[in-house]
Amino acid sequence: MSDTLHPAPGGSSRGGPTPADRGLPTVDISGWTCPAPLRDQPRVVMGHGGGGALSAELVQQIFAPAFGGEILAQLGDSAAVSLGGVRLAFSTDSYVVRPLFFPGGCIGDLAVNGTVNDLAMSGAKAAYLSCGFILEEGVEMPVVAGVADAMGAAARAAGVEVATGDTKVVEAGHGDGVYLNTAGIGLIPAGVDLRPQRVVPGDVVIVSGDIGLHGVAIMSVREGLEFGVEIESDCAALGGLVEAMLAVTPDLHVLRDPTRGGLAAALCEIATASCTGIVIQERAIPVPPAVANACAILGLDPMYVANEGKLVAFVPRDHADAVLEAMRAHPLGAGAAIIGEAVATHPGMVVAGTPLGGTRVVDLPLGEQLPRIC
Amino acid sequence: MKYLDEFQNPELARRLLDDIRSTVTRPWALMEVCGGQTHTIIRHGIDQLLPEQVELIHGPGCPVCVTPLEVIDKALEIAARPDVIFCSFGDMLRVPGTDRDLFQVRSRGGDVRVVYSPLDALKIAQQNPHREVVFFGIGFETTAPPNAMTVHQARKLGIPNFSLLVSHVRVPPAIEAIMASPDCRVQAFLAAGHVCSVMGTGEYPELAARFRVPIVVTGFEPLDILEGIRRTVRQLERGEHTMDNAYPRAVRGEGNPAARAMLADVFEVTDRSWRGIGTIPASGWRLSERYREYDAEHRFSVEGITTREPAACRSGEVLQGFIKPHECEAFGTLCTPRSPLGATMVSSEGACAAYYLYRRLGTTPTPQEASPVV
Repeated sequence: MSDTLHPAPGGSSRGGPTPADRGLPTVDISGWTCPAPLRDQPRVVMGHGGGGALSAELVQQIFAPAFGGEILAQLGDSAAVSLGGVRLAFSTDSYVVRPLFFPGGCIGDLAVNGTVNDLAMSGAKAAYLSCGFILEEGVEMPVVAGVADAMGAAARAAGVEVATGDTKVVEAGHGDGVYLNTAGIGLIPAGVDLRPQRVVPGDVVIVSGDIGLHGVAIMSVREGLEFGVEIESDCAALGGLVEAMLAVTPDLHVLRDPTRGGLAAALCEIATASCTGIVIQERAIPVPPAVANACAILGLDPMYVANEGKLVAFVPRDHADAVLEAMRAHPLGAGAAIIGEAVATHPGMVVAGTPLGGTRVVDLPLGEQLPRIC
Repeated sequence: MKYLDEFQNPELARRLLDDIRSTVTRPWALMEVCGGQTHTIIRHGIDQLLPEQVELIHGPGCPVCVTPLEVIDKALEIAARPDVIFCSFGDMLRVPGTDRDLFQVRSRGGDVRVVYSPLDALKIAQQNPHREVVFFGIGFETTAPPNAMTVHQARKLGIPNFSLLVSHVRVPPAIEAIMASPDCRVQAFLAAGHVCSVMGTGEYPELAARFRVPIVVTGFEPLDILEGIRRTVRQLERGEHTMDNAYPRAVRGEGNPAARAMLADVFEVTDRSWRGIGTIPASGWRLSERYREYDAEHRFSVEGITTREPAACRSGEVLQGFIKPHECEAFGTLCTPRSPLGATMVSSEGACAAYYLYRRLGTTPTPQEASPVV
């Protein structure tokens, strides 16, 4: 069978020289004994960036072993580090979203809010951000200015300062106009310790509001799909909401912002890392009708669709009502709802009660969700 | 789309279940023909809620699952050509061919694009007059009309660089083949509502009479499925065997005349191979002689394909209802969505995928290291 492939845009070949050809060490994956080896994915596919099982394998099997270190091994939204006796949260994220501007936001405020939220999930208030622009030759200057303005506005709204940055330009055809990277640091308040390992059976699972808005908003403009109503991204900085929750009790067990992979991936990761089971009730999950309709048309599950301004909290049962009340008093948590609990049975697994009274497993997505054929 | 809520109403579901329970007096085996119905059944736990006497057997109606390996290998070879833009619905990208899938072709530089409509592929052909654009036309009577329409449009608009790789299949011959099998234990069918919305119900009364099986045209929401089961069980208990339309909001007796006319113009009936089952006479469509120039198989002369089906895969038996997915020795071990042996495990409508995704409560996973959020 022919294996001849055409060069990638710009003339380079993604099917070209092997690492060995370029003097780089080769990775022999055939001898690996991991239960989920990469041997059937010898090259990167889009799913490796989808926030699901393939992303997890890439990190666990290549990045974490290469870098080592106990802090990275925690694999949280942000790293909790101590420096000079001060506990800091430190995080970085890159943004390659298409299109650059979408209903409810753009890549600029997404990049600021995303990193602010990663820090917030450690309980930290973001203080300083870095910003890396990778620009494609030919992108129009007003586009760059629009993205930068949006970043500035989002940073001011989140009470964070963009303190350092970097710019690179790549040849035309090697990017989608603008790629961004942001890193951030913030202080973790005394007494706050948010880790999935703190989750115990009996914890109440709270989601801060409607899910699926960001992913559906992006799909609607990227693919030119119209769903009858305009759906806007929920892109927002969650630092204030987390502060309000911590003001009620610093004893929150874990927070997660369910971005790529959606609510399902966030819950699966917490179940796995905490070795507890999770039971949720599908009817309790807030899904806006527009998202439900769009997902029904495309054959997608709203639980797997990305969010950018929502969080999931695991809260000791004694504090659940107070935390829920505090969340609902905050504009970004007005739609907060209890959706389930951590349980001792089926450790590491998420199970959903269906509206009809049945049950089903909720699994970590493999890569990206794919719209069904009919 | 209030239908979504109405047709998932737990109270109405309970009433239908009560009716089924009070009707059934002995064991019955019903086959739901369509993979979309299978996923609704498993996702909502409908099979868990039915009385024991009602067994649901999962039929061959997953368009991705039944596409023969040879056709997938042809698609992979065409997609890997440097002059080709290969367009497909998303859920075909992860279906394994003999040695790779479309995602892997893309990762090696192949220009593989996900589209939401075959007309999008035609647009890509207009925008890229110097490239050959191929659309992967698979599926049942539901997806065949728009694909036929696209070829019709390509000719009308004089777009020479567009072609269709066709592997369309028809439901009634499959029902006939299943019923004619000496091992068949199916006693009634829930027919695929969307297929009937195109083709009407005209082909079913004769089948129901000849094989003495009730055939109830059924929709895809939970209440549709329960209503279909209720009517089927009533017929079985009374010893009746007629065609009944339980999906009248979408299905008329004559179907969609415009779509049927388009099919008759562009396609002609042919024998077709079904993955895992074999060749079923008159069970498919190919482009008619008038449109043969738009047939990708002719245009690219893809020949000499040698396929290798994994020996451990029993998807053919699953597709014919001989075994349930979890009764296959490879299920969940050698064969998972992460590393599927057959299309029934990878397709979003595949029975094996449905069981794996939603029904693994008996196999509690081993707790692992914390998963990353990247």
